Amino acid sequence: MSAPEHSHFSSRNFPEAAKELLADSQLRKNVRHATDVIQAKRNRVVAELPDWEALRDAGSGIRAHALAHLDHYLAEFEQNCMRAGGQVHWARDAVEANRIILGLIQRHEAKEVIKIKTMTSEEIGLNRNLEANGIRPHETDLAELIVQLGHDKPSHFVVPALHKNRQQVRAIFQREMHLPELGDKPEDLCAAARTYLREKYLRIKVAVSGANFLVAENGAVCIVESEGNGRMCLTLPDVLISLVGIEKVIPRFRDLEVLLQTLPRSATGERMNPYNSIWTGVHAGDGPKEFHVVLLDNGRSPILADAEARQTLKCIRCAACLNVCPVYHQTGGHAYESVYAGPIGAILTPQLHSMEEGRSLPYASSLCGACYEVCPVKINIPEVLIHLRGKVVEQDQKTFAGKLDPWNVGMQAAKFVMTSAGRFTLAQHMGQLAQRAFVSKNGFIEHLPFMLSGWTQTRDLKALPAQSFRDWWAQREPRGSAGADAPKGDRDVK
Amino acid sequence: MSSERDARSAILGSIRSALGVHAERDISTREAEYAALPREYKQTSTKSGEELLALFTHRLEEYDAGVLRVSRNEIAAAVARLLSQRGRRRIGIPDDLPSAWLPAGLAFEKSAAFDAHQLDTLDGVLTGCTVAIAETGSIVLQNTGAQGPRALSLVPDYHLCVVFAAQIVETVPECFTRLEATASLPTTFVSGPSATADIEMTRIKGVHGPRFLDVLIVED
Ligand code: SF4
Repeated sequence: MSAPEHSHFSSRNFPEAAKELLADSQLRKNVRHATDVIQAKRNRVVAELPDWEALRDAGSGIRAHALAHLDHYLAEFEQNCMRAGGQVHWARDAVEANRIILGLIQRHEAKEVIKIKTMTSEEIGLNRNLEANGIRPHETDLAELIVQLGHDKPSHFVVPALHKNRQQVRAIFQREMHLPELGDKPEDLCAAARTYLREKYLRIKVAVSGANFLVAENGAVCIVESEGNGRMCLTLPDVLISLVGIEKVIPRFRDLEVLLQTLPRSATGERMNPYNSIWTGVHAGDGPKEFHVVLLDNGRSPILADAEARQTLKCIRCAACLNVCPVYHQTGGHAYESVYAGPIGAILTPQLHSMEEGRSLPYASSLCGACYEVCPVKINIPEVLIHLRGKVVEQDQKTFAGKLDPWNVGMQAAKFVMTSAGRFTLAQHMGQLAQRAFVSKNGFIEHLPFMLSGWTQTRDLKALPAQSFRDWWAQREPRGSAGADAPKGDRDVK
Repeated sequence: MSSERDARSAILGSIRSALGVHAERDISTREAEYAALPREYKQTSTKSGEELLALFTHRLEEYDAGVLRVSRNEIAAAVARLLSQRGRRRIGIPDDLPSAWLPAGLAFEKSAAFDAHQLDTLDGVLTGCTVAIAETGSIVLQNTGAQGPRALSLVPDYHLCVVFAAQIVETVPECFTRLEATASLPTTFVSGPSATADIEMTRIKGVHGPRFLDVLIVED
C-alpha cells in the first residue's frame, strides 16, 4: 500500500518527539488545563446516568457486531444510500481517496471548498493534496481553523487546538484575518471566526466532511458537532462529499440511541452536543443537490484478521482515553507524531501501517488501565497494547539488525536467565558483586554505564540487597512442608 | 469508473478474508446475533407531567435558552412578547406553520424556498418540532410539520421553537422510537444555542448557528 500523502507520520519515534515537547511548559499547561476541564465535566455527566455501564455494554456489542459483519453492513449501507439518491465510492488507500475527491471537486470547477473537522481527511493528507492542485480548503471548525491558520497540526480529536491558549489564538487571528485590534476574550475570537467564515458558507459550493456513523438499515449518515459549522457545510453547498472510514457503519437507526448518549458525554462532557445531523441521500429543496460518500479502507480491513486487536476498530473517536491518560497529559498529542494520538492512537496507528510505522507507540503507555475504564465502547486498550508489543518484538526477531538490538539481546538474555532457577540465582549473586561500583550512599543506583544508561536517565534504581529473597528462604529453618517448596536445581519455569 | 469497482470488490474481499467468512452468510445467524445484543439500558421514562416539563425547562435554561410555558390559546401572544423582547422584526417561517401561532401586525415571511443569502437577511425564524428530549434538553427538527428545510432554522441568528407538552419524552431511546417512522427525513437535534469550547474550554455561545434560542412549551 502506498501512502505518499502522509504529512504527519514522521520517522521520529515517540520518546524523541516527547522529549522535545516536554520542554514546552506552555503547551503542557494548556493541555493539562483542557483535559482536566473535560474530564471533570465528563465524570459529572457520566455519574448521573445509573445505566452508564449498560450503555457501554450495548455500545460495545453494537460496534463489535457491526465489525463481525462489516462486509454485509457496508453493502447494505451502500444500497440504501444510493436508493436515497446518494453516490457511494470505495477507496482502498489514501491515493485513491484523494483522487476521487479531487475528481469530484474538479468536475464542479470549484476552486475552494469548506470543510468540517474530519480525522480521515487528516489521515489521507487531503488538504495538502487539494492545495497542490490549486484548490483552497477552508476548515470551519473553530479549533481546526486555529490549527490551519496557525500552520499547525491538530493535537486532540475533539479539541484539536487545545494546546493553544487565547493569547496564542489572538495572535494567529490578528495576523491571518488582518484584525490588528482584535481582543483576546473568547467571545471576541468567536465573533471574528463567525464573520470570517459566514461569507464562505454563503459563497462556496462544495463541502467536504467526515461522519460519526453510517446507518446500514436506511443509508443515513450522522454527524455530531457543537458550533453549527457542520450544519452550514451539510446544508448550504450544492455538493457534499463525506469521507468515512469503513469501520463507521452501524446496523440500525435505533443503535444511535445508545451511541448518541455515550459519545457526547464522553467527548465533551455534555448531555448532548449542541447539534446532531442525520440525513439520507439527497432531499429536494433541502440541502445539497449532490451527495457523495467515499468509503475509505486505508489499512483498516486487515486489522479485522487479528481477533485480539480487532476491537480497536470499535472506536467512536470520543477522545476520553486521551483526556484520562497520564502520558498524554504530559506530552500532548503531537508527540505521537501521528493523526491519531493518545492511547487509541498508540494502538491504531501502528496497525493501520501493518506495524511498519508508529512502532514505538505501543510503548507510549504506563498500562495504568484508565483508558479502558472510560472507553464508551469498552476497548481494552492495555490488552491490545501488550498484544502489539508482542508483535513488534516478534517482527524484530525476524531481522538480523533486530536480533542484535540491545533491547532484544537484553530480553533474550533475561529469558535465558529467568527460565531457569539455577541460572537466576547465579545471576543474582553476580549482580550483587557487579553493582558495587555504582551504588550510591543512599542505596540507589543513579547512573548505569553504557547502553543501560537509558534506564537511569529518568529513574533511580534500587540496588540489589546483599541477601536475596531466595537465599533468605533457602537458609531459614525448614518448617513443616513449606520449606519443601523452595525451588531447587535447574527446574524450568514455564 | 472501473477502478472504483475494483476497489469495492477488493475491500469487501479483504474484509471477508480477514474475518475468514464467505460472501453468502446465513442471514438468520446475523439477525439472531443482533437480537441478542445486550440492551439493559433505560428505555422508558420514570417521569411524567410536571416533573418531565420541569426537567426539560431546567436543561434548556442550563444551555442558556429562554423558556416560556403557555397554554394553547396563548401562543400568538407569547410569540409577540418574545419577539419584542428580543427586538426581532423580520421573521422567517416554514410554509405550513399554523396561522394561529402568528400575532397580528408583525412581518412573517414564508421562507422555505429562500436561498442562504436571503435567509441571512432575516432577524430570526419561528418553527415547531417533531419531538423533544427532557433528559438532554434537546429539540429534534425534521423537514415536516411546521419545521421547514434545515437551512431555515440555521442561518438566521435567532430561533423561536414551539414545543407541545405531548412531544416531550424523557429519554433518548424514547425519542428514537418516535423518530423511527420518519427516520429518513433530514433530522437535526438542537441542544441549546450553538456553542464552542475550543478556546481554553470556556463554553462560548453562538458561533455559526443561531446565537439565541427561545422555546415556547405549550401545555394543553
Ligand atoms: S478508544 Fe474508546 S475512549 Fe478512546 S477515543 Fe476511541 S471510543 Fe473514545
